[in-house]
Amino acid sequence: MSTSVTQRFESSLTDIGVSITRTESEAFASTLDSVVTEPAVGVPLEGYGGVSLSDTVVETPPTPRLLRTAQTGVTPVSKAIAEYGTLVLDSDAAGTEPVSLYPPTHVAVVRESDVLPDVESTTDHLAERFAVGGSSVFASGVSATGDMGALVEGVHGPTNVDVVLLTDQ
Amino acid sequence: MSAQVDRRRKAERIRTLLETEGETVQENVAHLNQGRYDAMERFDDFEALRTAAREIKAEAIENLPTLIETLRESVESNGGTLYLADDAADANRYISEVAASKNAETLVKSKSMTTEEIEVNAALADVGVEVWETDLGEFVLQVADESPSHLIGPSLHKSREDVAELFNQVFDPEEPFETAEELTTFARDYLGERIREADIGMTGANFVLADSGTITLVTNEGNARKSAVTPDTHIAVTGVEKIVPGVEELHPFVELISKSATGQDISQYVTMLTPPVDSPTIDFERPDEPLGSGDGEREFHLVLIDNGRMAMRDDEQLRETLYCIRCGACANSCGNFQHVGGHAFGGETYTGGIATGWETGIEGPDAASEFNDLCTGCSRCVNACPVKIDIPWINTVVRDRLNRETAPSELSFLVEGLTPDAEGSLSAPKRFFGNFETLAKLGSATAPVSNWLVDLAPVRTLMDRYLGVAPQRELPTFQRDTLTDWFESRRPRLPNADADRTVVLYPDTYTNYVHTERGKAAVRTLEALGAHVELATPIESGRAPLSQGMIATATAQADAVATDLDPYLAAEFDLVVIEPSDLAMFRREYRKLLDEDDYERISEHSYDVMEYVYGLLSNGASTEPLASPDAPVAYHSHCQQRTLGVDSYTEAVLDELGFDVVTSDVECCGMAGSFGYKSEYYELSMDVGEALHDQFTDAGDRTLVASGTSCTEQLTELFARDATHPVELVAPDGRT
Ligand code: SF4
Repeated sequence: MSTSVTQRFESSLTDIGVSITRTESEAFASTLDSVVTEPAVGVPLEGYGGVSLSDTVVETPPTPRLLRTAQTGVTPVSKAIAEYGTLVLDSDAAGTEPVSLYPPTHVAVVRESDVLPDVESTTDHLAERFAVGGSSVFASGVSATGDMGALVEGVHGPTNVDVVLLTDQ
Repeated sequence: MSAQVDRRRKAERIRTLLETEGETVQENVAHLNQGRYDAMERFDDFEALRTAAREIKAEAIENLPTLIETLRESVESNGGTLYLADDAADANRYISEVAASKNAETLVKSKSMTTEEIEVNAALADVGVEVWETDLGEFVLQVADESPSHLIGPSLHKSREDVAELFNQVFDPEEPFETAEELTTFARDYLGERIREADIGMTGANFVLADSGTITLVTNEGNARKSAVTPDTHIAVTGVEKIVPGVEELHPFVELISKSATGQDISQYVTMLTPPVDSPTIDFERPDEPLGSGDGEREFHLVLIDNGRMAMRDDEQLRETLYCIRCGACANSCGNFQHVGGHAFGGETYTGGIATGWETGIEGPDAASEFNDLCTGCSRCVNACPVKIDIPWINTVVRDRLNRETAPSELSFLVEGLTPDAEGSLSAPKRFFGNFETLAKLGSATAPVSNWLVDLAPVRTLMDRYLGVAPQRELPTFQRDTLTDWFESRRPRLPNADADRTVVLYPDTYTNYVHTERGKAAVRTLEALGAHVELATPIESGRAPLSQGMIATATAQADAVATDLDPYLAAEFDLVVIEPSDLAMFRREYRKLLDEDDYERISEHSYDVMEYVYGLLSNGASTEPLASPDAPVAYHSHCQQRTLGVDSYTEAVLDELGFDVVTSDVECCGMAGSFGYKSEYYELSMDVGEALHDQFTDAGDRTLVASGTSCTEQLTELFARDATHPVELVAPDGRT
């Protein structure tokens, strides 16, 4: 991934109030532990090389109780969009969708090679997903509403979103 | 006299809304509108994607029957069910049956206008299903038992104080709610509980992909995501027009919808679900079992609603309403909407400019009759619409249809002779406002007596009673000597031998009979810059009848104008126009009224007078003969002029001549042709005008300048001093 795309991604995240922590695979577990607030629930990082939640404070598999009580939900991210700081969350049987949605903080683990420049460049990924009945969500920043007369963050979805960027993947 | 009573009632209703909801609506809508401008400015591809989006929609609606079948196959092969409902009753019956089959007691819903349209909440309540709106705005309305006032911000007529008062009353908390945070936290927790308990989740859909059965939901709160995946059963309810072929076609809409709606680059969540989804079922009653381990199974129903849409598809004029992605930009960019909101400017379900199309298609034209007049044709929504729907035209067409339904008034003898036969059944006020030209001719021929006459109080009372003319408004003063008289008096004159441009100046009705000075100023300016000027025959462009929905009369006038201009255009004259609303006729509306060749020729060769002056100066004409500034200027450009993008020329010319100019950025002055003259809309018109007034409060004694007649009249009324057309500022001195 070109540095300019990553830079764009980082500045877009900053614009929408999402913090970013860079790490290499080797330091992943300790980095993640420093980012999450416990209790934390997570979805296994399927297909990520050499990193796993098993040596972190994050509990798996997700249960309904954890969805309700966890302070943090940790999920993989299939793609990210540099232009808007968007995370592409693929729905899966392991529960990426509810785990990214229920706890007040969502920590998204992004591989740098998955950062794409813009919305249009995600079309191929989405087409592949939808063709086999898959679902995906573009999530950009924290949930918000203006319906109570002023902008409030953290409505039905998370109040905080943090990205952990794996710079060597 | 019942028409006058009706008008009084309407005025009363508007007054009440201006007082109760106006301020909050204005604040919120203006904010959304500004957000859209900012987002458009940041986004280079806006125009290209609008074009693409329109093409996609046009094609999708054209191929709709095929797309529905493709979608049915996709949904079924994914394991869901597609039900095509003819109308609201059919849809509600099916949904109730699904609820019964699941023994459902509660259902959570995310925001969906289509479910408002079919009134599914009431239907479900009838079969004993408790429905909870989980979008916070919809929840507020559910608690307040009110209807939405905006397509995307259903409760934006309510301030924080309003919501706090409501919630304190209904939920009686130990500590009264005060801040937006407290209210949001309460609603989230309260609804969170409802979502966990619910047997069914119901959502709408912003877009549906035929080839995969994927539904797209564009939201900010996260409630749609939760409602769709927490209960095992998901019902999505949406209009048939939401189908697009596939993911390739989705991209422009994802880019456009939030920018147009709220000014966000992208919404918080763009959820693309291909149900039944892979996400595990969640059984909160077995809290410690891993997600998905219960025996719950996901079930999905897509309920596609026709409810008049297929008939709209066959209606050449209403068809493009189906391209609408319900972003609300047309409402946000509308001066009248900004002030009065969707409770006045809306029908049973839909609000804003495009509501006329939706309500007419779904409920019939009568559903639009109450609010259709609130569209003044200012056209500010035209550039805002992400799918380029000609919203003013839809309003005009429906107005025309409504006119034809109205029984002739027994008082129509008053305006007899004002209307050609084509529109025989019009109400007296429509005839009056629609035939300004006839009136102007008469008024001018009998001036000054005509002017004295209409200044008499008893006459104004009668005009209010029978014609709906607001007694507070000053009426135009007709000139005995018309612009044409003056122009003829300068003959015989030879063509300007050095002229490198030949111009035919269009003497619009106002310029010819009322504001003759601006016509003379235009002639002198153009001549001073080296053009040879001829004057066209004064024939009304059709703007006045069109604004009343009198399409046949407008077409006849457009034809007459085209015939008159033909020899000039054939001889390669440039057509210069002083009144922006007439320029907009030539460049925009004539597309609908004339055959293509005539339209092309007129629109291509027509120029705003200041645009033309700018062109002459850019091509080397000297500014020397033009007037130099003698006072600073406050300039309000005209709404239609801004839509055409020609307002900047006036500013550029004034700049070049060294004028000190401040400009306004309100969408419309509030007068909008004859709108502000109407008794029932006078107060709204002045309320809209107030915003313009506020912008120029610091203007001190700057010269008030406006391009449109109505803006000039409105400024004159607002500031109690004269306003002038920009060409009068720059015209060389002298009278001939
Ligand atoms: S008509 Fe256009 S601007 Fe208005 S809501 Fe529909 S898409 Fe948006």
